[in-house]
Amino acid sequence: VRPFIAALAGGLFGVGLVISGMTNPMIVLGFFDVAGAWNPRLAFVMAGAIAVMAPAWWLAGRLGRPLAGGTLPSPPPAAIDARLVGGSALFGLGWGITGLCPAPALAALGLAGPAFHAFAAAMVVGVMAPSLLQGRRTARTWNP
Amino acid sequence: MEASWQQGLVGGLMIGAAAALLLLGNGRIAGATGILRGFLRLDFNDVWLERGGFLAALIAAPVLYADQVGRPVLEAPFGIAVMAMGGLVVGVGAGLANGCTSGHGVCGLARLSKRSMAATATFMATTGVTVLVLRHLIGA
Repeated sequence: VRPFIAALAGGLFGVGLVISGMTNPMIVLGFFDVAGAWNPRLAFVMAGAIAVMAPAWWLAGRLGRPLAGGTLPSPPPAAIDARLVGGSALFGLGWGITGLCPAPALAALGLAGPAFHAFAAAMVVGVMAPSLLQGRRTARTWNP
Repeated sequence: MEASWQQGLVGGLMIGAAAALLLLGNGRIAGATGILRGFLRLDFNDVWLERGGFLAALIAAPVLYADQVGRPVLEAPFGIAVMAMGGLVVGVGAGLANGCTSGHGVCGLARLSKRSMAATATFMATTGVTVLVLRHLIGA
C-alpha cells in the first residue's frame, strides 16, 4: 500500500505543478522579474501549498505515526552551515537562469522538448555529484 | 492555459495535498531532490519502490492530464546547452543543500524549519538577482 500512496501523491504533485504554472519557466521567471512585468502567480502557488502542508505537519504530530506504518521524519537539524547556504545560492543561480527547479523539471518531462530533457538529464548528474564525492571521501576515511 | 493567480492557487493546494498525503500516509517528505537522490542509489528495497512510484507518477500523471485538457505550451528561455548547464547547477546546488523548492520551500517552511527558512531565503534571493542581471543588466 505504501508504493501506491507514494504514486498517488506523485501524480497529484505532478498535475498540481502543471496547473500551478511551475512547469512553465516563463511564469516562474516572471515572478522573479520584479523590475519588469512582475507575475505574482508563484506567490499563490507557495501560499496554497503551505496552507495545506502546515496543518498536515500539525496533524502528523498529533497522530504520532504515519497511517501506513513506519515512522515520521525526525525533527530537522538546526545547524545552518556553508553547505546549506552555498548549495541554495547555487541552486538559485540555476533556477534564475532556466526557470526550472527539480520537481517541475520532472513533471514537464513528457510535455516539453529537448531543452527541458537536457536540463533534467544534467540535473540528475548534478544531484548525484555531491553524494558521490562525499561517498568517496567517506570510503577513504572509513575503509582504509 | 493562460497565466492566472487562480490556477496558481489551485495548483498550489494540490501540491500541498500531495505533500500532506505522503507525510500522513507514508511519513515521507515530498522533496523532489531527496526522493530523486534516494531513487538513484538503486538499492531496490521497499523505500526505493516508494520513491520509484512517486517519480513515475510525477512524470506520467501530467501527460495523462494533458491528454484530457490539452498540452500546455512550455517554452525554455535558452537552448539545449545553457539549459543543460543550468540543470547541472540546479542539481549540484539542491544536492548540497539537501533540498529544493519542494523540500525546503514547501515541506520545510510549513514545519518552520530554520534550515529550510535559510535555504529558501537564500535561493529566492539568488534567483531574483540572477533574473535581474540576465533580463535587465545583460538583456539576455
